[in-house]
Formats: sequence, structure tokens, C-alpha cells
Amino acid sequence: MKRILTTPIRDDDIEDLRVGDVVYLNGRIVTCRDVGHRRLIELGRALPVDLRGLAIFHAGPIVAGDGDRWRMISVGPTTSMRMEAYEDRFIAQTGVKLIVGKGGMGEKTAAACARHKALHAVFPGGCAVLAATEVQDIESVHWEDLGMPEALWVCRVKEFGPLIVSIDATGANLFAANRARFEEKKAPLVEEIGRQVRFIK
Amino acid sequence: MDTRLARNKLTDLMAAFTGYVGKHLPTDVLDKLAELRAGETSPLAAAVYDSMFENLAAAARLDRPCCQDTGAIQFFVRAGARFPLLGDLAGILTDAVRRATIEAPLRHNAVETFVEKNTGDNTGSRAPWIEWEIAGSGDPGQDEAVIEVYMAGGGCSLPGQAKVLMPAAGYEGVAAFVFDVVASYGVNACPPLLVGVGVSTSVETAAMLSKRAILRPLGSRHPNPDAARMELLLENGLNRLGLGPQGITGNATVLGVHLESSARHPSTIGVGVSVGCWAHRRGTIRIGADLSHEVLSHKEASL
Repeated sequence: MKRILTTPIRDDDIEDLRVGDVVYLNGRIVTCRDVGHRRLIELGRALPVDLRGLAIFHAGPIVAGDGDRWRMISVGPTTSMRMEAYEDRFIAQTGVKLIVGKGGMGEKTAAACARHKALHAVFPGGCAVLAATEVQDIESVHWEDLGMPEALWVCRVKEFGPLIVSIDATGANLFAANRARFEEKKAPLVEEIGRQVRFIK
Repeated sequence: MDTRLARNKLTDLMAAFTGYVGKHLPTDVLDKLAELRAGETSPLAAAVYDSMFENLAAAARLDRPCCQDTGAIQFFVRAGARFPLLGDLAGILTDAVRRATIEAPLRHNAVETFVEKNTGDNTGSRAPWIEWEIAGSGDPGQDEAVIEVYMAGGGCSLPGQAKVLMPAAGYEGVAAFVFDVVASYGVNACPPLLVGVGVSTSVETAAMLSKRAILRPLGSRHPNPDAARMELLLENGLNRLGLGPQGITGNATVLGVHLESSARHPSTIGVGVSVGCWAHRRGTIRIGADLSHEVLSHKEASL
């Protein structure tokens, strides 16, 4: 059975979730990436959307005008690690509960997820039309001066996912563990290949 | 055909083809993804492959870009000196990008550097980026052009690296460099990845060769037997790292590894690595002197 989170998300909705679990989202998710984070954290500008209990999506969509409304065409996750420099303070200041992106995030974000009870989850990268079909409506757009990818698009979603939990509310970090595993396997492989490519004699 | 009509016709064609490449993966990539899906034993990794195929089907059905990041568009042109629109081609390709941005639509991905404003139409200074090769006198098709369209998202552009090794590092150093890049940055680049490696004199030549390497059809091999063997060694080795789709671990890391090389200065080994994501949006089209066309990369393409 699908595990579905609904915004506003409360602490006890997510406390039992663990890295590797798959969830889906109903409710509101707001796209927010590099410059959105920079404006709040470095430039001290208030976000135009109250994110308490909501989700953000590290994503820059393709949208199309539809009369006086907007239609979501294609919206997949972008590299979450780019937001690592800001995300711990972003979580503390906004009260956001779910961060969706791709690839992992770092230690600071994991610590903030543990302290403030929040999750980072991965939407499969490149699956942007799948994600767009799970957006029911674009409710509003803010900071349009940043251009299409960087503006804040407030989306109402239904069964948005699959979302693979990559940092849980205990601070466990799936990608940090995976990365350590890849690093560990790397040295013997490099040595083995190195022995077979000594073409300079 | 008068020049203005010809120019318009080729602009229409390249706008349509650019949009098409953003919506459909080339046949060789689709075949490889199906093979990797079939060989995946981790249920979570298999579920991610399923999402990929579900996404591609939805993109085709709804006629939309399969990934929202339609890249900073690049064209690699190989043209004969007698291709009739050779002098007009840069302008034609730029106009085609403007048109495709509206018609496909494509994401607005050109931020004018230093001005720090999105131009809104995917063009700007040196955008789209165009690389030129003149077909040699021995080549057939002196009046033809073969154009590659490539759109790489930010995610798979970020891991790209090049450096110049000392000769003592040898090809062993090249292999280590490839592993360092893929093991550290690969998870963010939407694996399974197509890894391109350039071996040459300096950073810029190695880097450009690494990009050309990922434009080769999947599974094609370097003509030198040692280089071809190194491609296979790197493929098998990287797969044993087991990044899996999206870096969540699994049986495969790569779609393939392609090496390109040039003769080089005896004092250096320049090495470049470029990475393509699983949604490897590469399209190849041949344009005849009469502007007839043939799509080489996508078996069932219709423009």
C-alpha cells in the first residue's frame, strides 16, 4: 500500500520513516532552488510563501501560459547538493518538513533534519513528465524576476512520487552511506585496472 | 530554391528536430536502458527504472520534454565545403533554438554571464554553442551536413573535469581520474551514466574530446585495440562500483564508457571526463544539398 504524506506535515507523520522508504505526497509543494535559497539566507529577504509544514522541490520547471493561468509541462528534480550551503538554516527558518530533490545532501542538512524533524527525499531524476502529471494545479508564482527555472512555483500535487527517503528525521543519510561504500570499492578496482593499462613501456 | 526559402526550410527542420531530441531518447540509449532494467536485481533500483520508462512513455504521449532540464543547447556540425547553406548555418541554428524554445517548449536555460539575466529564449553570447568540423576532401557528401544536437542538463554537466597529468602517472592515472570523478560526483548526475574520456595534450583538447566521446553511438569502440580494451575495463570496473540508477545502488553504474584521443605532447597526459545522464538527449541528422534529411539517431523519428 502507498504511504502518503499530506501537507501540512506534522512531526509524528514522518518520525517512523527511514532512509530507503518510498512515500508519496498530497498537498502543496513549492519549487525552490539556488537563488531562492540565496535570497532568504544570504540576502535576508523574506520568502513570499509560508512554508511551515509544507514541502519544497529542488526543481526548475518548464511551464506554459494557459490564459491567465499556468500549466506544468515538465518538472523533475535538480541536484540537491547545490543547496547544501543553505539548507540547514533554511529548514530552521521556514519550518519546511519535506525537501525533494535528487542525489544526496550533506551532514549539515542531515543534522537539521534530525533537530527540526524533516526529511530529504529523492524523486527519480529525469522523470519530469511523470512528475508534471502529478501536479494538479499551479496555484501561484513568486519571484518571477528570477526567470522560469528559479521562480517559486506553488504546486498542488496528488500522489506525487515515488519519493525515496534519503535523509530521515533521525538524521540517517542514505547517500552518505552509499558514497562511503563507493569510495571503499574504488581503490582495489583502480589498482586492478591500472595493472592492465600500463601502455607506456 | 532561393536562399531565403532554403534558409526558412532548414530553420523549420532544425527547430522541429531540436524539440524532438528533447522529447525522445535515441534508439541505442533506449535499448541499453532496457537491457540494464532487465539485469537489475534490487527492487528499489528496478522501481526507479520503471519510473524512467513510465516517464518516457508519458513524454511521448503528451509530446513534452522528457526531462525539464533541456540543457544549454550544443550543436556539433560536420559539413562539406560545398554544403549550400554553410555560411548561413550559425544563424539558422540560433533561430531554430529560439523557435524550439517556444514550440517544444524548452526551458529557458541561457543566463547571460555578468549581466546575470535569463535571456528567455536559450540564445545569448556564444549560445547555442556550435562546434564545426569540415568534411575532408576524401569524404563522401561534400555538399552535405551532419548535425548533432546535444542537450545536457546541469546535473550531468557539473561532474565534468579535466586536468593535465605528468607522464609518470600513465594510463593508470587516467583510470584513477575517471573513477574519482564518477565515485564522487556521479550520484548527482542521474546514473546510469555515459562516461566520455578524452586523452590528449592539454585541458581544452582533452575536455572537447571527452564531450565528442559521449556523442558516439553506444557500444562503438575506439579503433585502437588497447584503447578499446580500456573502454571495456572502465565500463566493467565502474559497474562494479554499483551506483545503480540515481545512485541508490544497483548492478550498473554506466550506459557505457567511450574514449577519444589525439596524438599528444610527450611531456603531458591531458585527461578530460564528460558525463551524460541516463536521459541522454543526443540527436543526429544528415541534411542533403537539396535539404532532404535523414535522422540517424532515432529509428522511428518523424519530424
